[in-house]
Amino acid sequence: MRFGVWSIALIGLLGVTLAGAAATAEDRSIVVASTTSTQDSGLFGYLLPLFRAKTGIDVKVIAQGTGQALDTARRGDADVVFVHAKSQEERFLAEGFGVKRFDVMYNDFVLIGPNSDPAGIRGKDIETALRAIQAKAAPFVSRGDRSGTHAAELALWKLAGIELESAKGPWYREIGQGMGAALNTAGAMDAYVLSDRGTWISFRNRADLAIVVEGDKRLFNQYGVMLVNPEKHPQVKKDLGQAFVDWLISPEGQAAIAGYKIDGQQLFFPDAEKKGS
Amino acid sequence: MMRAPLSDLPLVIDQVSLEAGAARLLDRVSLTIAPGPPTLIIGPNGAGKTSLLRLCMGLVSPSAGRVTWGGRADHAPERRAMVFQRPVMLRRSAAANVGYALAQAGVPRRLRAACGAELLERVGLADLAGRPARRLSGGEQQRLALARALARKPEILLLDEPTASLDPAASRSIEEIILMAAQSGIKIVMASHDLGQVRRLAGDVIFMLRGTVHERGTASDFLETPSTPEAAAFLRGDLVI
Amino acid sequence: MSDQLSAWQLILYGDPTLFAIVRLSLAVSLFAVVLAALIGMPLGALLALTRFHGRSVLIVLLNALMGLPPVVAGLAVYLLLSRSGPLGALGILFTPAAMVVAQTILIIPIVAAPTRQTIEDLWGEYRDELSAMGVGPGGRMMTLLWDARFSLLTAVLAGFGRAAAEVGAVMIVGGNIAGFTRTMTTTIALETSKGDLPLALGLGLILVTIVIAINAAVWGTRIWAERRVG
Repeated sequence: MRFGVWSIALIGLLGVTLAGAAATAEDRSIVVASTTSTQDSGLFGYLLPLFRAKTGIDVKVIAQGTGQALDTARRGDADVVFVHAKSQEERFLAEGFGVKRFDVMYNDFVLIGPNSDPAGIRGKDIETALRAIQAKAAPFVSRGDRSGTHAAELALWKLAGIELESAKGPWYREIGQGMGAALNTAGAMDAYVLSDRGTWISFRNRADLAIVVEGDKRLFNQYGVMLVNPEKHPQVKKDLGQAFVDWLISPEGQAAIAGYKIDGQQLFFPDAEKKGS
Repeated sequence: MMRAPLSDLPLVIDQVSLEAGAARLLDRVSLTIAPGPPTLIIGPNGAGKTSLLRLCMGLVSPSAGRVTWGGRADHAPERRAMVFQRPVMLRRSAAANVGYALAQAGVPRRLRAACGAELLERVGLADLAGRPARRLSGGEQQRLALARALARKPEILLLDEPTASLDPAASRSIEEIILMAAQSGIKIVMASHDLGQVRRLAGDVIFMLRGTVHERGTASDFLETPSTPEAAAFLRGDLVI
Repeated sequence: MSDQLSAWQLILYGDPTLFAIVRLSLAVSLFAVVLAALIGMPLGALLALTRFHGRSVLIVLLNALMGLPPVVAGLAVYLLLSRSGPLGALGILFTPAAMVVAQTILIIPIVAAPTRQTIEDLWGEYRDELSAMGVGPGGRMMTLLWDARFSLLTAVLAGFGRAAAEVGAVMIVGGNIAGFTRTMTTTIALETSKGDLPLALGLGLILVTIVIAINAAVWGTRIWAERRVG
């Protein structure tokens, strides 16, 4: 019977651990639905401790693709969304789920490919590059997950005049996963893939991949933040959430974003308007 | 649990048949079991000895006929116990096995330790009280089964060939315990394959054949001068079909 | 977690983040397996000992649910616990509590189905004796469960193994939040997607080692206990 007492004590200890984990974070915390690119690049690991030190607010980040993040917010499971697909964000606003959208920062997309460059596109502009990839049926990995990067990729195919639905073939591989997974897969397949620069810089399994196309103005990647509308979901922590939004677009937050570097390279460029947009 | 003002005996079995699927295990059996010296049930395999005992223990219900305890209809007896040919030991110590039986028999917790010790003493297992019951020998396990049965303070103790798998020494200790129980007033009803055992223990004998009671009589009468040819053949050692 | 160090170096230097992650993984899975045992074993025993219409269907279903994909269980629990879902008011989505719920649901069939089989087999053996001792239905269940405890332990270990190994359910209902709902498995998934495969593999080996250690401890306890009670 002493065994019984021990096991009850153990269960109690576990329960307290779990409850404690739940309780302490409950008080001053918000849930932010964001993208895999902001997580995988390490930006949040850098920013959030600064925010916490200033306000004492714990930010719990759920990293999903942009589409999924917005859906999470639509269901009321997040307080703030921080994503990078402007048209999807504006639809979100129009549906009444967001309070107001603010530009926060930008970086750019880069087209990654194998060093051997089978499609011969190194240094070209993005339109030409994509057309060459399609023409030569060079392997291409797509996020395929309604993320901001995926949305940008689809827009670029359209820009290049390629009707993906009919042009798709075995060379076009939709994996339905995040940026890191896409880069892993592209490296393993010696394929091309569109990535945001931030994730690429911090990515460590590059295999034989390198940047083949960059600097094209059309590869601009804008990030925006929105507070989830408390009128749609009353339990949204609007004061704490607004504090986060305000900090991101404040001079202090913007400086913090600019201060995040890997190997001396800045990953994200702050561009919030001086007044709210 | 000492109060049992009304007796469960005599046990009256009236035209009872027992069917299992197509087989007829007992066929219109009528007999009365009254207090007294041990009753031994003998007969070839498949004669219905086990079925009869299981019926008496309430493990099966009759397909036809009635079983009456203590002269009262619709009365379920409490003070009966059974020992099987291969007893099943609970995965705990010998003492805990007896404790379990006492608990099931309604003995209050504060009395269980003392009763248990006394029972183990009675069956000669006092030294092995702490031993895991599954690691006792065949004879020791059967003695423990007896202790468990006696824990119920039964009026009637049913045993199904309890020494069939035991060596002579173990069989002897079992028989001693059974005799002591009989002498203390417990009615013993026991199936046996061993005619020597029957001679040693029986007060009266029931000879079963093909699901019926073929012959019945006091031990001395039956064993010396059986009335039916089948009984005589059986006692001679012939195979009786 | 330090980028440059390998997983084993993290262990040696006692990296607090790693320890927090290990502690959370074990707490969630152990808690879930205890709950699942408390629910699943009586459930299995009940199914073994009672007869009713549709019993066979229920048994087949229970056996099949042992193969419930963790990601499906996670999705179902997510929809239940979402603010837009029926149990949203509990507010436990994206917390360890939700992870425990999801894993418990996952493990219950893994404990209950073998329990059902074991108890059914054992009942066949014990039926006469327990009936002869006048044991009622409730006592029957408790006695059989207790006597079968060593066999049932294997089912519990299988359940724990499944819980400790899965990533689909805890990822969806926990959200893999740094410092809060990040477990060994979700960390391995994350490090893989960040391209740090050596670290991910190292963490994987650490996880396997811990699970082996737990199994060894349980085995040792079982041997010791069996020696005591046979």
